[in-house]
Amino acid sequence: MLEKTGVPEPEQIKKITPSEERLQKGPVAVVECFQNIPCDPCLYACRHGAIKEFEDINDLPVIDHELCNGCGLCISECPGLAIFVIDATYGEEEGLIKMPYEYLPLPGQEEEVNGIDTEGQAVCSARVIKVQNTKALDRTPVVTLAVPRQHLMRVRSFVRKGGE
Amino acid sequence: MQKPEIAIVGGGPAGLSAALSAVRQGAEVMLIDRDPALGGQLVKQTHMFFGSKKEYAAIRGIDIPGQLMAALEEDGKGKFAPVLNTTVLGYYDDGVILADREEEQAMLIKPQKTIIATGAAEKMLPFPGNDLPGVYGAGAVQTLMNVYGIKPGARVLMIGAGNIGLIVSYQLMQAGVEVAAIIEGAPKIGGYLVHATKVRRAGIPIKTSHTIKEAYGNKSVEGALICSLDENWCAVPGSELDMKVDVICLAVGLTPQTELLWQAGCEQKYIPELGGYVPLRNEKMQTSLPDLYVAGDVACIEEAGSAMVEGKIAGLYAAADLGYDENVEEHYSSFARELEELRGGPTGAKIKQGLSRLNGGVEQC
Amino acid sequence: MRIEEHPIIDFKRGKPVSFTFNERQIQAFEGETIAAALHAAGVRVLSHSHNLKRPRGFFCAIGNCSSCLMKVNGVYNVRICVTPVREGDRVEMQEGRGDIIAKA
Repeated sequence: MLEKTGVPEPEQIKKITPSEERLQKGPVAVVECFQNIPCDPCLYACRHGAIKEFEDINDLPVIDHELCNGCGLCISECPGLAIFVIDATYGEEEGLIKMPYEYLPLPGQEEEVNGIDTEGQAVCSARVIKVQNTKALDRTPVVTLAVPRQHLMRVRSFVRKGGE
Repeated sequence: MQKPEIAIVGGGPAGLSAALSAVRQGAEVMLIDRDPALGGQLVKQTHMFFGSKKEYAAIRGIDIPGQLMAALEEDGKGKFAPVLNTTVLGYYDDGVILADREEEQAMLIKPQKTIIATGAAEKMLPFPGNDLPGVYGAGAVQTLMNVYGIKPGARVLMIGAGNIGLIVSYQLMQAGVEVAAIIEGAPKIGGYLVHATKVRRAGIPIKTSHTIKEAYGNKSVEGALICSLDENWCAVPGSELDMKVDVICLAVGLTPQTELLWQAGCEQKYIPELGGYVPLRNEKMQTSLPDLYVAGDVACIEEAGSAMVEGKIAGLYAAADLGYDENVEEHYSSFARELEELRGGPTGAKIKQGLSRLNGGVEQC
Repeated sequence: MRIEEHPIIDFKRGKPVSFTFNERQIQAFEGETIAAALHAAGVRVLSHSHNLKRPRGFFCAIGNCSSCLMKVNGVYNVRICVTPVREGDRVEMQEGRGDIIAKA
């Protein structure tokens, strides 16, 4: 149970996973926010109207995957660091994940890291494609990792190889 | 004797917001704080705030005092006076405040209206070894890390999985300190689950239904024994785990700092949902003493977002009740709506229930 | 024990100062409290309980709890967690409540 462990259940993750059809079209955001709390910055972050208007500030954000183009502007705006952009069209075997990462040191481009899941367990090897750390991101850098396609909805952070 | 129109005790989020609201109505405000800088607990909050983007959501706590102070500089020209390094010691029968200024002469202040925004203090947890150096309150850990840039230790056991326990654990990781585990006596995580998810993916275990049996160490903390609890909150025999840590951080709840309110003679009631003894107050944030108002954690333990809106309401009415009442109904409606929004979900339900009990069954804002 | 690099905060240390603790030289930075500076120098035991002499460190770090009282420049019962460190401060651990009648 999420309320006991802090780890979202597979059914909860499944509910917010875009359709295979949509995943084949390009990058798209997923928001792993499952609790009704008063919070709405994601709504204001999206320039494409892809996050549906809330009736009440405690509503869960719902992303219209058809309107979302995976630009990732919402990633660093979420105070819960709960938004990720996944791109299943990156390569034959690989996909891309863009994630918020607020630790130091930031990894370097092309660095090999270990992708870890929401329990902090290593899932697979991952390659750092890009690290964004502009002033606009207000100290929430966004790291893009390339991972095997099947792990796009599992890898949510990473640790450096060789003991961190 | 100083005689400001409004004196505000406490320059944290509630006090700063009250000051801004009051000067915008046209009143003269003296804001008194015991620290060398304004901001209260905000100066330690490195994370992005929740709530509404219209307020301070997605802005880091550490950046909020600067914004409020800039607004006060602009809107409070000639009307706003911050008084720092000054501790209010008493609020006496004749409405006089005594304030201590360390090496300087003490101050006597007789304001027309007073807003108490003194926040809350950390609760202690009794267990053998809880007096060992290395057992720190969560606020102390934040102060060391985020104000002075000093690591509290190498490996921490966090007690409490409310928002403070979860957030401070994340901040410890950001400071390069290992967190061995977060333990929580209740069967569920009390804080926002997105905070819990963040620390879980950093590899920090969260053990609900667990508590600390004892802390041990020669001159300071060297370790702790934790154990699991059954559904009656009793220790399960044989479930002890030895955690090798050098810091035990207590994040086990806050109690409103109501000393000045007791001394002033405000009516207070014990309401567990609101954090303990809290003052009776009406929708204007006015206590049972008409010249005394409250806002923030001293009024009820909640979030910085609601503290700021309560501050706005208290400041609005402290000013309006002195005659500075332009557009007061309009402003109040907008503030009340914000507060209602913030308290509209499941997390706000507990507060609303507590407020209802405080007012004897009559639900207020 | 000082944090060199932090992902959110840029710690701008004040100018270096030095003070003594129980006659030991300690380096600190202006802007730190005595308790913070001692902690950075590895000093965690700040006092002892009056009867059983159990070691005590700080607890609240904001001047509420009285766990950190020390003698500073001859004055007893100073809350070092809210006292800024100054060049040349003479800080000493105190036993018990300290003398409140100043010696001539």
